Amino acid sequence: MSAVFRREVQAYFTSPIGYIFLAAFYFFSAFFFTTTSIQNGSTDMTAMFGDLMMILVVLIPILTMRTMSDDKRTKTDQCLLTAPVSLGGIVAGKFLAALLVYTCAVAVTVIYALIVAGFAEVDWLVIIGNIVGLELFGGSFIAVGIFCSSLTESQVVAAVISFITILALNILSIIGGLLPWKPVEDILTKLSFFERYTGFTYGLFDLSNVLFFISAVVMFLFFTVRILEKRRWA
Amino acid sequence: MIEVRNLSKHYGDKRAVDGISFTANDGEILGFLGPNGAGKSTTMNMLTGYISSTGGQALIDGVDILEDPIKAKKNIGYLPELPPLYMDMTVKEYLNFIYDLKKCKLPRVSHLKDICGLVKIDHVYKRLIRNLSKGYRQRVGLAQALVGNPPVLILDEPTVGLDPKQIIEIRTLIKRLGKNHTVILSSHILSEVQAVCDKIIVINEGRIVADDTETALSDKLTGAHILTAKIEGDTEKVTKAVKAIKGVRKCEKVNERDGVFEYRIESSEGTDIRRELFGSMAAEGWPILELRSAEMSLEDIFLKLTLGDNSQGEADE
Repeated sequence: MSAVFRREVQAYFTSPIGYIFLAAFYFFSAFFFTTTSIQNGSTDMTAMFGDLMMILVVLIPILTMRTMSDDKRTKTDQCLLTAPVSLGGIVAGKFLAALLVYTCAVAVTVIYALIVAGFAEVDWLVIIGNIVGLELFGGSFIAVGIFCSSLTESQVVAAVISFITILALNILSIIGGLLPWKPVEDILTKLSFFERYTGFTYGLFDLSNVLFFISAVVMFLFFTVRILEKRRWA
Repeated sequence: MIEVRNLSKHYGDKRAVDGISFTANDGEILGFLGPNGAGKSTTMNMLTGYISSTGGQALIDGVDILEDPIKAKKNIGYLPELPPLYMDMTVKEYLNFIYDLKKCKLPRVSHLKDICGLVKIDHVYKRLIRNLSKGYRQRVGLAQALVGNPPVLILDEPTVGLDPKQIIEIRTLIKRLGKNHTVILSSHILSEVQAVCDKIIVINEGRIVADDTETALSDKLTGAHILTAKIEGDTEKVTKAVKAIKGVRKCEKVNERDGVFEYRIESSEGTDIRRELFGSMAAEGWPILELRSAEMSLEDIFLKLTLGDNSQGEADE
């Protein structure tokens, strides 16, 4: 697992993907930070964290599109799958590498918080809740992206599928709202990633939301392992 | 060391590999010979655990590759048809990655250095794999298989894409490795398998056509019974004279260059007509410019092997 992790982290920074992802994230977060906190002269950063969620829908697929698909296309999966490592180890290594790059991106919000703190008193608990929420939210998307990437050999197709899936998972509550049937609406709202995340942006640290995102990660990584396994048996 | 029992792989109705069995002992070089699509790569992929089998068993050092894949894979070094190289890494980074991936216990620096010396990639050690030629990539692929010094090496067409000098080098290397490794290699070139392997398995359409030691098989296959001869002289007369030699079954013109014809002469099995041919041509004053036993194409081999089996079957009945 650690070998795969190191190799993936290295790959993010020898190819442009890691830099593009970080640059885009830094740019948009700075933009939202300026337009919300700075221009309004507010120490409340919730609006910025809410806006970042939209950006992730587009950026996470870029981060994860090549994780599994490229190995399949270039046949490098032959060296991973015939090495004495478990499939779970391979997938976990790739996930943690993407998560590390993502964490580097999220870390910039700490700097913004410090800037705001220079002007006035801030509510650190709310900000920490927000950061943890953003990390969990993105982490679950990374797992979804890796799963989507394992379905295809093409990076572009992987990115498109991930984008659609992540968007759909976000607006599950809206889809549910359109349905005339109340129980379905309730279930879809509970499963909506967006609804789960907004809790964090209000500064509410709800353990059920944390568990929701962690189980989403575990579930999608497990699906990815199953896809790899299935490909061997096909 | 490697034991394969009734291994099969079906894709829907297509039987890519259809119940093959063989064993390879310690220190043996086993060659898979077969045309493209015969099931060589599929078999190797099953042996290494890259794909699963539909039926049958593959045991590496007594460990079933499907039951305890991690333990079995520890003993295998695999060079697939297309070397699994990360183009964005240097040779050094790549081999270090493989070293970590295989959880190798040998001293890192000296072990990798030995391997690089063995496959002669020292001077490209710090270069990006993307920028290497096909021959060097193939060698890095071989180096990757050697990392961790696994007792079993499975090499899928290891000499593809190399120039003649490199081919000879790699063959020598494989022969050397065969002394303390069990090697399985595949090829569609008869002479290559003959040059390197102790034992040859010929497969076609997913089935084993022949399984024999190198000498027994090559006697069976080449023999001296088909000759190609370049003889200067009047074609019809030459053909007539050749056909008159005892044991000759067939004589046909195959080629012509500068008025000299090349003949393909088939004699009945077990008879050597070279001396008689020389005598009779010399008597007529027709110089033989070239004489060699005809190389058999893979099609000829399969035809011969399968026909041979049939005739035996008929004899049994």
